[in-house]
Amino acid sequence: MLATKIQETRREGSLLFRHLEPGAGIKKALELGRDNILFEVKESKLKGRGGAGFPTSTKWMLTAAAQNPVKYVVCNADEGEPGTFKDRVLLMDYPQLVFEGMAIGGFTVGAKQGILYLRGEYEYMLAGLEEHLAKMRKDKQLGNAILGVAGFDFDISIRLGSGAYVCGEETALIESLEGQRGEPRNRPPYPVNTGYMGCPTTVNNVETLATIPHILMNGGLWYAKHGTDKSTGSKLFSVSGDCALPGVYELPWGITVQELLDKVGAKRTKAVQIGGASGICVPKSQFDRKIAYEDIATGGSIMIFNEDRSMIHILKNFMEFFVEESCGQCTPCRIGNKRLLEGIEMIENNSYTFAYIRTLKELCKTMQLSSKCGLGQSSPNAFLSILENFKDEIFNTNGNGGANGK
Amino acid sequence: MLVYEKNALTEEIEGLAKKHGTDRSALLPILQDLQKAHHAISDFAQQEVARVLDIHPVEVFSVISFYHFLRPETTGRNIVRLCKTIVCDLAGKEAVQKAIERELGIKFGETTKDKRITLEFTNCLGMCDQGPAMIVNERVYTKLDPETACEILRTIK
Repeated sequence: MLATKIQETRREGSLLFRHLEPGAGIKKALELGRDNILFEVKESKLKGRGGAGFPTSTKWMLTAAAQNPVKYVVCNADEGEPGTFKDRVLLMDYPQLVFEGMAIGGFTVGAKQGILYLRGEYEYMLAGLEEHLAKMRKDKQLGNAILGVAGFDFDISIRLGSGAYVCGEETALIESLEGQRGEPRNRPPYPVNTGYMGCPTTVNNVETLATIPHILMNGGLWYAKHGTDKSTGSKLFSVSGDCALPGVYELPWGITVQELLDKVGAKRTKAVQIGGASGICVPKSQFDRKIAYEDIATGGSIMIFNEDRSMIHILKNFMEFFVEESCGQCTPCRIGNKRLLEGIEMIENNSYTFAYIRTLKELCKTMQLSSKCGLGQSSPNAFLSILENFKDEIFNTNGNGGANGK
Repeated sequence: MLVYEKNALTEEIEGLAKKHGTDRSALLPILQDLQKAHHAISDFAQQEVARVLDIHPVEVFSVISFYHFLRPETTGRNIVRLCKTIVCDLAGKEAVQKAIERELGIKFGETTKDKRITLEFTNCLGMCDQGPAMIVNERVYTKLDPETACEILRTIK
């Protein structure tokens, strides 16, 4: 089956998928002016939608305040987290929102150049996106003197990744843009001061940027009314796995795991992996927990596993992923992930000791503390949460630790 | 490599440098174009890219070795990448994998003798709601079953 028409996503919610006239966001931004935009974004309490949840207004303010005539706005479309595909839907069906968000960002922080870093796997979107950019240039929404306003110049170029998960980390992404290996940098200095080519750079997720035009049109307070106190607005969830209706859902923050499962028609659910491979695995007993920055934070990946699935098989798949995708720059991540994978293989072969498992759990703590970037800091999450929440299944099953079925 | 082949490659790389520029940041786009055109970035190509960008050849190699999609060794004309991440895995990746391996007579990680197809696994393609999924070159195919997957591979040249 061809995936040229990717329409089988289910949408709900009225925040991000509501109608917006093309160009309206940029027009509104020009009316508001820089300070008011920053104010509205601050009022909305919008946090970065990639998963880390850094306040967008702070990022923009710092970039705007940096002293440098050349600045950049980078859109992070290196969506590599297992189970995430919301950016695919946004870029396929709502490119206008994303590009407008970038233009508004450029206007606010004083950047003239925007770069969309598209992951190599999404190369099939490139032609469509370039076409859309050409159309926006023709409509004077991009290029020199946008909408006839002298001095408001902003243009967007698209750069492709080449299949490296770690390039979704903002400093690794910048390294990759500069033509280097995609290895994360030490921080500080942060990209808001020293980013692409040493210039102040704001790196935002696709979804964050797509939210901006809506916030400007309706006001920050309108946005902050949705969701919870600390996690305002809505979130796109990429739901996949054992459920009747997989797809992208727009739901308010603060929804419980159970509510979400009911919505997507998931039955006999044993576990939900929230936040992708680097997220945590929630067992049935905790389905009343809330999905929000203050409880279970996520970049949007929701993977549902039913009672037939073997947790050790799932965990092994995640650890293989990290072993492959670790950039190898820092030792805790490069070696640590390998040791964890070996530990899982020991459990599978029934050749483990509990003393060694305990040592591995300590190793997890070390990795979380001492890894250089988010990859190594979060890769032990799955290991810890699955071993903790499913220890009955993993250690009490006779023979091969429940690794038989899938 | 014959002399005239080398000259043609040099010319091509100089053309790419005109298109993308000679900054270090042009390295990745140049390598991506080369990979697409030649299904490999040979030692000679690496040296020439290093020369036009005025960097050491080892820098070029280090970048190639980092990115999964860039290769120093020749691959097939078509690269088939089957997603092996958990959701596609649970949706029936293994059946598709085995059917493809039987059909082509090679294992994943190998290239057919006629250099038509290279089989590879890849991590999440962002098609988890429609798995199992694979990309052939840059085109995505979703909701695969063993038969359709083999049919797709039969039709590519």
